[in-house]
Amino acid sequence: MKGKLTLNKTSKNNFITMGGLLLVYVIVLILKEGGITTNLINGQLVPICAYMIMAISLNLTVGILGELSLGHAGFMSVGAFGGVFVGTLMQEVSDSKTLCLLVAVIAGGLMAALAGLLIGIPVLRLRGDYLAIVTLAFGQIIKSIVNILYVGLDADGLHVGFIEKPEILEEGKMIINGAMGATGIRKISTFTFAFIVLMLCLIVIYNLIQSRTGRAIMALRDNRIAAESVGINVTKYKLLVFAISAAMAGMAGTVFAFNYSTVTPTKFDFNTSILILVFVVLGGLGSMRGSLIAAALLTLLPELLREFSDYRMLVYAVVLILVMLGTNNAKIRNLVAEFLSDIKNMFGGKKTKKEEKTNG
Amino acid sequence: MKKMKKVVVLGLISAMMLSAFAGCGKKDSGSGAIRIGGTGPLTGGAAVYGNAAKRGAEIAVEEINALGGMQFELRYEDDTHDAEKAVNAYNILKDWEIQISLGSVTTNPCIATAAETYSDRIFALTPSASSTDVTKGKDNMFQMCFSDPNQGSASAQYISQKQLGTKIAIIYKNDDAYSTGIFETFTDKADELGINVVSTTTFNTDSQNDFSVQLNAAKNAGADLVFLPMYYEAAALILDQAKKMNYAPKFFGVDGMDGILTLEGFDTTLAEGVMLLTPFSADASDERTKNFVAKYQEKFNETPNQFAADAYDCVYAIYEACQKGEVTSDMTAEEICDIMIAQFTTMKFDGLTGTGMTWGTNGEVTKDPKGMVIQNGVYVGLD
Repeated sequence: MKGKLTLNKTSKNNFITMGGLLLVYVIVLILKEGGITTNLINGQLVPICAYMIMAISLNLTVGILGELSLGHAGFMSVGAFGGVFVGTLMQEVSDSKTLCLLVAVIAGGLMAALAGLLIGIPVLRLRGDYLAIVTLAFGQIIKSIVNILYVGLDADGLHVGFIEKPEILEEGKMIINGAMGATGIRKISTFTFAFIVLMLCLIVIYNLIQSRTGRAIMALRDNRIAAESVGINVTKYKLLVFAISAAMAGMAGTVFAFNYSTVTPTKFDFNTSILILVFVVLGGLGSMRGSLIAAALLTLLPELLREFSDYRMLVYAVVLILVMLGTNNAKIRNLVAEFLSDIKNMFGGKKTKKEEKTNG
Repeated sequence: MKKMKKVVVLGLISAMMLSAFAGCGKKDSGSGAIRIGGTGPLTGGAAVYGNAAKRGAEIAVEEINALGGMQFELRYEDDTHDAEKAVNAYNILKDWEIQISLGSVTTNPCIATAAETYSDRIFALTPSASSTDVTKGKDNMFQMCFSDPNQGSASAQYISQKQLGTKIAIIYKNDDAYSTGIFETFTDKADELGINVVSTTTFNTDSQNDFSVQLNAAKNAGADLVFLPMYYEAAALILDQAKKMNYAPKFFGVDGMDGILTLEGFDTTLAEGVMLLTPFSADASDERTKNFVAKYQEKFNETPNQFAADAYDCVYAIYEACQKGEVTSDMTAEEICDIMIAQFTTMKFDGLTGTGMTWGTNGEVTKDPKGMVIQNGVYVGLD
């Protein structure tokens, strides 16, 4: 980036990912403003950003901390409903959509972080499969709780009910209506806003990984006993990662919810958790760039496969398998690497010619 | 610096991909037909509804096009009963430049697409999304089916009027908007009418395989009528399990029960005597219903349910409104929208699912529910 600054390889890679992301954003924005992209693509921009945030935040837990989490959609749910709740309250106070969304996203993130801390406590005692089971259960618990949660708002103030729906006045409205979820949400999420949140999350994650804390976390992943023996506080770092990861998932949830006029608790079920885990695994554990690409492609893919109608999900699964086989196959990897270096040479070749000219 | 080039290449590739995406989906207009589109679950758990609605609408469009004059072009996209997918499906239809929308078939997706049609000013008439949240605050969103509150209170009224049971048990699905919505209005009305509800039990998506607890609760409370406000898959299991435990109360369902007879692998004798509230019956003797049922059977080899009839009516209602409002295919969706709103709030429509239907400015339809009972595998009017 800057001539004098010497960057190590990881930093360079990180800047490439961020730069590439920024470039894609600018291109898409230009295409969108120019009316070239279809409504389908335009409609998917915000959810793709939300899923990208979900993927990199889960990658932090699974790839960097090395703990399998099967309940990530639970945090998204907390963020979505928490964010909608706060956003609806904000609506009464302020007319500004951006301010409303900003406060909602922060609140959604904080609520999810709190949930992350809560889940972090039992998690400290568990490892491996047992941890996965607890996170799975946690996702279900969140879903069930939101299912029976009623929050209504009227002239008398807030009414909260569990299982029993609280009585509210005629002109009041239900913000969270049990199984029916939240309806009548204002659509205030924008592509730019979602992208800024995504970029911030990416920067935080990259900085975290490169910092002293990040090295401690990765040491824990690689060898817990050795890490403990040099005085790394397991509790502290695990809780930290869970909270950060949950906060990001919560923000993604809020951004997602404000893109649709309705969200239901069942949207954030086990299947969604697995879908996000698929993004992470397919993109590569620990690779943020991979997660981003996988999240974007796998969100778009089912829509692009609509031509196959009934066989859509079948083709989707086949594509997944092929990608898995392809990325793990040495021959194909070499081919791709060669192809990339060819492209590089093409550009490199031009450059040398130019240099020759200037020299001559 | 080498790496910077990779960024450029990456950017170029993504730009190429995006422009490729941008190209697809566009359809040239000017075929002279008015483009109508809807979304519904054509695959997945609720596929029976989506496919029924799609087929019903197809038959109506075929009939109308055969008449000559005004032509329609119909397109249905799959939303797998999910709000997110429904918005995607709707956007595909928008890329196809639809002029009139048939909304979505199921409730939650329709809440999502209704917000889109509202902001895009495209007139929408849903065949079967029954929640009031679908139409609330949207002047261009109309329903062909009863709204949930209407269904719940109509069921309670029906049960009380006909004295179908003295002790009522309710089983409902508490993570489903449709089921909970009907349950709430049913209990409100039941309180008002003094119906004796002896047992209320719930289930959710994860526990809808075993109903022994709920059925035992109803049995132990001595319920002689079980109200089942739910979709037919769960209802089919309840009927099966009730039979196995020798519990034979009357069962009373709502329009989600419709479709149970066409469920694959379902023993239709189990549904014998089940009552349900639905505006349509395939054995009605009027000419139009007979004609519709015959065509549907010939084409798709099954008996149409209420969803098919609702969608059929939707297309005809749109047709009538278009004719009265002198809509032409070269009008924009927004122009059509204004004409349709004016027509729908003033017109009176006779269809398969009711006669003399009218719509309020809130988009809800007014028509009479019909009580049906299943006898020998077909619906027979209760009255």
